[in-house]
Amino acid sequence: MTNQPAMVIVGAGQCGARAAHALRENGWKGGITLLGNEGVAPYDRPPLSKAVLLGQKTTGECTLYDEAFYREQRIDLRTDASVERIDRAARQVVLQSGYAIAYHRLLIATGAAPRKLTVPGATLAGVYYLRTVADAGYIAEELQPGRTIAVIGAGFIGLEIAATAIARGCNVVVIEAASRALIRAVPEIVAAHLVERHRQMGVDIRFAVQVDHIVGRDRVTGVKLSDGGSIPCDCVIAGIGVKPRTELAEAAGIDVADGIAVDDTLRTNDPHVFAAGDVCSFPHRLFRRRMRLECWKNAEDHARIVARNMLDRGETYSEVPWFWSDQYDMTIQIAGMPAFSVSTVVRETGTTSRVFFALDRDGVLVGASGVGNASEIARDVRVAQALIARRACVEPALLADRSAKLKPLLAAEVS
Amino acid sequence: MTVETNNLKWVVACATGDIDEEDVIRFDHAGASYAVYRIDEGFFASDGWCTHERAHLADGFVVNREIECPLHQGRFDIPTGKPKSPPVCVHLKTYPVRVENGEVLLGVPAKDPS
Repeated sequence: MTNQPAMVIVGAGQCGARAAHALRENGWKGGITLLGNEGVAPYDRPPLSKAVLLGQKTTGECTLYDEAFYREQRIDLRTDASVERIDRAARQVVLQSGYAIAYHRLLIATGAAPRKLTVPGATLAGVYYLRTVADAGYIAEELQPGRTIAVIGAGFIGLEIAATAIARGCNVVVIEAASRALIRAVPEIVAAHLVERHRQMGVDIRFAVQVDHIVGRDRVTGVKLSDGGSIPCDCVIAGIGVKPRTELAEAAGIDVADGIAVDDTLRTNDPHVFAAGDVCSFPHRLFRRRMRLECWKNAEDHARIVARNMLDRGETYSEVPWFWSDQYDMTIQIAGMPAFSVSTVVRETGTTSRVFFALDRDGVLVGASGVGNASEIARDVRVAQALIARRACVEPALLADRSAKLKPLLAAEVS
Repeated sequence: MTVETNNLKWVVACATGDIDEEDVIRFDHAGASYAVYRIDEGFFASDGWCTHERAHLADGFVVNREIECPLHQGRFDIPTGKPKSPPVCVHLKTYPVRVENGEVLLGVPAKDPS
């Protein structure tokens, strides 16, 4: 057994760590090598923008598994291993140190990296991006009461940071180049509902305006906008999207299409190499297109399936995407792909809680977005998630009627 | 109605018909909050709050014999409280349940353990 090549996982994030665990759960007895380069054991990222920045949770508390777990499961975790290249002909990965590790199957779970600002002043001290525990540590230091924080980008990361900064007593200005928030994620009506809440909480959100440059000598003192306006601020936090970390795959001649292109079993064009999580783009049976998702649930679901397929189970992936965010006392849950819809039906599930059902041109439910109190939105979003999996057509009037229970629709669909 | 036996206090949580099949309701008693379930195998009860973050499991979704948390879709096995799906990883406390005369009774600790 010692001579048998290991399962090698490049990328020790949530997806990589969970896949390592799942390989063991599915009976793999050989070696497992998990390669990361953040210097810390795999951790959960969702709390970084919320509980960690609020000071309610330490970064140490985000760790996925303790040291004993890796020892007991015989997972060789290396947290300072930078991979230089993948040698597909020899079926090995070569580290920057020159050390080579042979693989039986290789999983690339390198995730994504924040897009960087390219405007003048972008490299000044006081400009941050949030992706890692280290980033969260720096940003938490900056969120002192009374300071002014300029958030660039009104996507989920930007809005979560804005909500957290408000809770910490900061002044917050959000600058978004597009005409509205969350343009890639949800229909306008959903974004507007959320933005209204941010404005009530005191966030100054500005749309359709770009950053011309960042002002400061050694350190940020403000942001100059394309419309001529200036925003004096103490720091800048940019959440302007991420780029899949495909460099290793590309250099090795593995197909890339937005992310690393995999089939519906998460296998690349090399049968010994798989990719999963934020880094890969995969064909989705339900939506009949290739997509790449950047969220916890996808990384979690991919990890489970890819581990089984590295063991040649040949299972296809067709989970309905599901995503959550927490802002102020609101939970946001999104099932499916609301952005693929042509119309939206609103269900008022509480005083300020709403579930927005997204229908495509054939009336098929393709997404649902819940915004508000978890107890007033979660069940409806959950039922929608199951209906989306069945490509169900649901009567809009029924969806809009808050007194109509939706769960019985699941039974009806089965029979 | 309340009956005490073996350090357990049996309290009426609801009528059997108050819970739909494959569903869950919230029951609050003496400062504690519980989730009471009805599944194919019968009635069960657990702590109401998820062991991960602040969310009430009665707002969750019953799938076969598992309860899925409304906040992050972590799952527990209803009869045993065993964590079945991340992000939950801490066991959920369960409580004995009896059905008598169309009522669901919950066995809660008779007094605070000291």
